[in-house]
Amino acid sequence: MSAASNDLAVPELAPTFRFQWEEVQGCFVILYPEGMVKLSPSAGEIMKRCDGQKSVSQIIADLKTQFPQTELETDVRRFLEEANEHGWIRPKMRISSP
Amino acid sequence: MSNAVTPSAAASRPSVKPPLWLLAELTYACPLQCPYCSNPMEIAAIKQELDTSHWFRVMQQARRMGATQLGFSGGEPLIRRDLEQLIAEARRLGYYTNLITSGVGMDEQRIKAFKEAGLDHIQVSFQASSEELNNFIAGTDAFEHKMHMARLVKQYGYPMVLCFVLHRKNEHQIREILDLAVALEADYVELATTQYYGWAFHNREQLLPTREQLVNAEKVAKEYQDKMKGRMKIYYVIPDYYEIRPKRCMDGWGSVFLTIAPDGTALPCHAARQLPGLSFPNVRDHDIDWIWSESPAFNRFRGLDWMKEPCRSCPEKEKDLGGCRCQAYMLTGDAANADPVCDKSPHHHVVTERIEHVNRLAGTREFEAKPLVFRNMKNSRKIAGSSVLSNARETAESE
Ligand code: SF4
Ligand code: SF4
Repeated sequence: MSAASNDLAVPELAPTFRFQWEEVQGCFVILYPEGMVKLSPSAGEIMKRCDGQKSVSQIIADLKTQFPQTELETDVRRFLEEANEHGWIRPKMRISSP
Repeated sequence: MSNAVTPSAAASRPSVKPPLWLLAELTYACPLQCPYCSNPMEIAAIKQELDTSHWFRVMQQARRMGATQLGFSGGEPLIRRDLEQLIAEARRLGYYTNLITSGVGMDEQRIKAFKEAGLDHIQVSFQASSEELNNFIAGTDAFEHKMHMARLVKQYGYPMVLCFVLHRKNEHQIREILDLAVALEADYVELATTQYYGWAFHNREQLLPTREQLVNAEKVAKEYQDKMKGRMKIYYVIPDYYEIRPKRCMDGWGSVFLTIAPDGTALPCHAARQLPGLSFPNVRDHDIDWIWSESPAFNRFRGLDWMKEPCRSCPEKEKDLGGCRCQAYMLTGDAANADPVCDKSPHHHVVTERIEHVNRLAGTREFEAKPLVFRNMKNSRKIAGSSVLSNARETAESE
């Protein structure tokens, strides 16, 4: 497990990407210079929660409440790794007091 | 939850998929004079730019259909004084907005204003890696200013995309070009190969790279792709004249891209205007929905049914869709032919002969001395007059 999916990490959308719902496509998308990636429903649900507020463990807990039937933990971590590799998300900078 | 990222496949394909990309060519005016410009040679005769409210309407209609990417280009889009307003409206509508610019006409104040208006990305194009060659190709002293602008783009938090158009006069600088991109900390680098339309087509004898240049460029591009992995994304495409299969042009006619020319003419590709026998609709007369879905011009080469042999019975037709219609027209005289880049085309020799000619003569004094025709209004009036079919005539005469 790398930094991106570790329990305490707080992922947020990287500032050079845009994440939004597209009505016509019927899915969440990631937009970047001259390109777009359509997300599957599950990927969209995870990305939606990468808001710079929740930690990875909170994201997983949150998803578990909403989708109790699914075994999702490994998939969530795997997706976060992938999203991090693409540069879509980044760990939120901690504003530490000097 | 496997398969997190689904490819953009049209699994349930309705008859016509909506456009994803709106390319707004705001003006043909440009302070630069690049001889590789793919604008039509008739720029001087194409007048009557759309006004702000026209553009608002176009953006609204295309967005409603599902377009997500919006590119402001030209000419030089910075010339439009209403660019800030257009950006703000685009952002309000939910587009991802791209500004495709030479950087000439930009300053810190505007970069800041664009950011506040919601611009997502600025792509700055360079003509070469050295001041001297850059300024020669651009036909103006712009290099220092571009460098300055590129740094500011980064400073204001935009993803930085640098675009270099490659051709015989600068291809040897590939390493320096990439070093420049590294120094400027570009996030994306587009090593765009010249597309031989418009002015570039007119100048192609002087612009087509040699085989030797390409082998080197590919090697160097690969080296930097490996070296910069994870930090800088480098796109490099081999010029299609050197291939034996055509490119999947615009991802299909009327399938992804919708270009609106400065005068409101709607085109499936910015070079399509020259194709004879098609009357391209204007946004002043029709709404985008009709233009995209119903107009005869946008349906002319949609799908596969328009194809002739050898494409019609070719097993690869779904892959490349028969290549580029404009190239087929410019090089064979019939837009419904296979793109002659394909070695199954009976016209393929037109491409190979051109390439051999250039490889034989490149570097010789006389051949290289032939002047480039710079893209400007004076040359446009002189060469193209007012006919939109000038390329066709030129092809007919020289082929
Ligand atoms: S290619 Fe050069 S001349 Fe043509 S529009 Fe772009 S900057 Fe202007
Ligand atoms: S024959 Fe036509 S469809 Fe087949 S590969 Fe060539 S261009 Fe493509």
